[in-house]
Amino acid sequence: MQNNPIARLGDTGVYVLQDLGRMTFFLLKAFRGVFRRPFRFREVLRQVHFIGAGSLTVIICTAATTGMVLGLQGFYSLNKFGAEGWLGSAVSLSLIMELGPVLTALMVAGRAGSAMCAELGIMRISDQIDALDCMAIDPFRYLISPKFLAALFSVPLLTAVFDVVGIAGGYVAGVTLMGVSPGSYIESMQASVTNHDLRLGIIKSFVFGLLVVWICTGRGYFVWEIRGAGFGAESVSRVTTQAVVMSSITVLVFDYLLTAVLL
Amino acid sequence: MNGPAIEFREVLKVFPKRSGGVQTVLDKVSFSIPTGKTTVIAGGSGQGKSVTLKLILCLMRADAGRIFVHGQDVTDIEGKALEDLRTRFGVLFQGAALFDSLTVYENVSLPLRERTKKTEKEIGDQVGVTLERLGLTGHEGKYPAQLSGGMRKRVGLARALQLKPEILLFDEPTTGLDPVMTQDIYRLFAETQAQEGFSSIIVSHDIPKIFSLADQVIILNEGKMDVFTSPEEIQLSRQEHIREFVRTTMGEIYQSHLVER
Amino acid sequence: MKKNTLELVVGLFMVAGLLAFGYLALKLGEVSLWGDSRRYTLTAEFDNVSGVKKGASVQISGVVVGEVIGVDLSEDHLALVTLRIDKRLQVPADSIASVKSQGIVGDKYIQLSLGGDDEILSEGGLLTETESAIDIESLISKFAFGSAK
Repeated sequence: MQNNPIARLGDTGVYVLQDLGRMTFFLLKAFRGVFRRPFRFREVLRQVHFIGAGSLTVIICTAATTGMVLGLQGFYSLNKFGAEGWLGSAVSLSLIMELGPVLTALMVAGRAGSAMCAELGIMRISDQIDALDCMAIDPFRYLISPKFLAALFSVPLLTAVFDVVGIAGGYVAGVTLMGVSPGSYIESMQASVTNHDLRLGIIKSFVFGLLVVWICTGRGYFVWEIRGAGFGAESVSRVTTQAVVMSSITVLVFDYLLTAVLL
Repeated sequence: MNGPAIEFREVLKVFPKRSGGVQTVLDKVSFSIPTGKTTVIAGGSGQGKSVTLKLILCLMRADAGRIFVHGQDVTDIEGKALEDLRTRFGVLFQGAALFDSLTVYENVSLPLRERTKKTEKEIGDQVGVTLERLGLTGHEGKYPAQLSGGMRKRVGLARALQLKPEILLFDEPTTGLDPVMTQDIYRLFAETQAQEGFSSIIVSHDIPKIFSLADQVIILNEGKMDVFTSPEEIQLSRQEHIREFVRTTMGEIYQSHLVER
Repeated sequence: MKKNTLELVVGLFMVAGLLAFGYLALKLGEVSLWGDSRRYTLTAEFDNVSGVKKGASVQISGVVVGEVIGVDLSEDHLALVTLRIDKRLQVPADSIASVKSQGIVGDKYIQLSLGGDDEILSEGGLLTETESAIDIESLISKFAFGSAK
C-alpha cells in the first residue's frame, strides 16, 4: 500500500477502471458463451431450478408481507383524504413499478447470487476453472452462460409472481381487514395500471436479473483479482459478501436511473 | 517427434507489487524440456514454479521472450489454436481440481464428452480401462468430497490421461499425501508414462523422492534457473543458493539416498 | 426419478410465473385477448384541447366508451383529437364532442353527446360539432376585471 494519499487515490482509480474493464469483458464472454456449442440445456434447467424455483418460497413470503404492509399503510394514508377507494391503485402501482422488481432482485441476489459467487470462487481457488481451460472447455459456455440464461429467464417470472402475490396481500389487508370494498380495490387497480407501467416493471426485472447474475458470477470468477480479498477460503467469503452488497446497491441505483429515464 | 517438447527462450515474467515496483519471477530464463522424458521443476515457494506451468498452459502470458511447444510458437496463441494446443496437454493440479458436483466417472469422462464425438459406450469403455489401471474400479459413483487425497490425485491423473496427452504436467503431486500414497502415485505415474510415452513435467519441492523418475531437474531461484541432469550434480554444485536449497529441502534423506547408491 | 423431479419443479415454476404474467397482462394491462378489433376510430376538431392527454377517457353520460389515442394539430391549425370508440356504439354525424374535467383540477376527458342525425359516422369519421376546453384563466380574469357583461 502506498503511503502517499494522492498515489493511493491514483492506485484506486486505476484499480476501479481495470475492474470495470474486466467485468465488461466478462459480460461479453458470457454472452458469447450462450452461442457456443454444445449447448448445455440440462445445466440451464438446473440453474432455473435453483435460481427460479428455489427462490419461490422466499419471494412469496416477501411479497405477501410487503403487499399487506402496503395495504395497511396505503389505507392509513388514503383514509385521511377519504380516498381509500384508490387503495388497489396505490398497492398495484407501487408493486408493479418499484417494489416487485427491486425486492425480487434483492432476494435473488441474497439467495442465489451469493451461492453462485461462492461456487465460482471455490472453483477458482481450487483450480477447477483452470482445469476447464486446460481441457479446452470454455468455462463461460460450461459454467457461466447457463447461469446468465437462467437468471434472465427466472427473475422476470419471479417478479410477476411477486407482483401478483403482493396485490393479493394488499387485498387481504385492505379489503378483508380494513373493509375497503372489493369492487373498488379491483376496479381502481384495473383503471390505473397501464401497459406502460407493466412494461417498465418487466424491463426493470430483466435489467436487475442481468445485474445480479453478472456481478455475482463475475466477483466469484475474479476472486483472485479483487483487491483486499486475501487468499483461500477467506477470500471467497469476503468476495461473496462484496458481491451481494455490490449487486444490491447497483440494483437500487439502476432502479432510480431506469425510473428517471423510462417513466 | 524430434526436438524438445517445450522450449523457453529468454522468458520474462514480472508481477506488480502492492508497494509499487515489480517483482521479477522469471528473469529471461531459457531452458528446454526433452520429449518423452521426465523433467522436475523445483524451488522454494514463491519462486515461480506454478507460474512456469501456467505460462506453458497459456493461462498466463509472458512479458517478454518466446515459448515453443514442439517447435510451435505459442507465446501469443489465441482462440481455436489455443484450444487445440491445450488438448495436447494433460494437467494434474495441486488439489486435483476435480469438479465437486460431478461423480468420479463424470469427472473422468468429461473431457471425452466435451471434446470428442465418441459415443457413450466408447467413453464408458475407455474410462473403465483407465479407472481399472489406476485402481479406481468401484468408486465410479462417488463424489470427490467422499474420496481421500490420494484417491483424488488418482482420479485427477485418470482425467488428465483421457485425451492421450503428448505432455503431462504435474503440479505438486504429493502435497498433503503420506509417504505410502506418495510412492503409490509415483509408481502409477511411472507405469502410465511407460505405456503412453508422454513427456512430463513435475513441479515439486519434494526432490529426493522423485529422483528415481527425473531425467532432468530444473531449480528455480530468484528468477534464475539452473538445469541439472543428475542428483550428484546438484549435490556437488558450488553455487551458494543451490547448497542452501540442498540443505533445507533434501537434508538427510538425500544423504542416505546417496549412500545407498 | 431424480431427473424427473428437476423437470417437474422447473415446470411448476414456469407455470406459476407465466400465470402471474398472464394475470398482470390480461387483467391489469390494456391487452385484450381479442386485440383491438372491437373498437373503431373517430376524429374530432377542437379550437382548444388544453389538458387532454393521450389515454384520456371518452364518456357518454359518465360511462366510459373509449379513449383518446392521439392529439395533433390539423392542417388549418385546429386541434385534432383521435378517439377509439366501442364498436357497438353508433355515433350520429351531428353528435357533439366536448372537453370536460373531472372536478375543478381533475383529469380532462371527452364527453360525447349523441345527436339525432340518420347519418352514422364510420371508421375515420370526423366530428365537427365540438366544445373546447373552458379556459379557466380567462374566465377568472373576466370576473376579476369586470369585462363580463
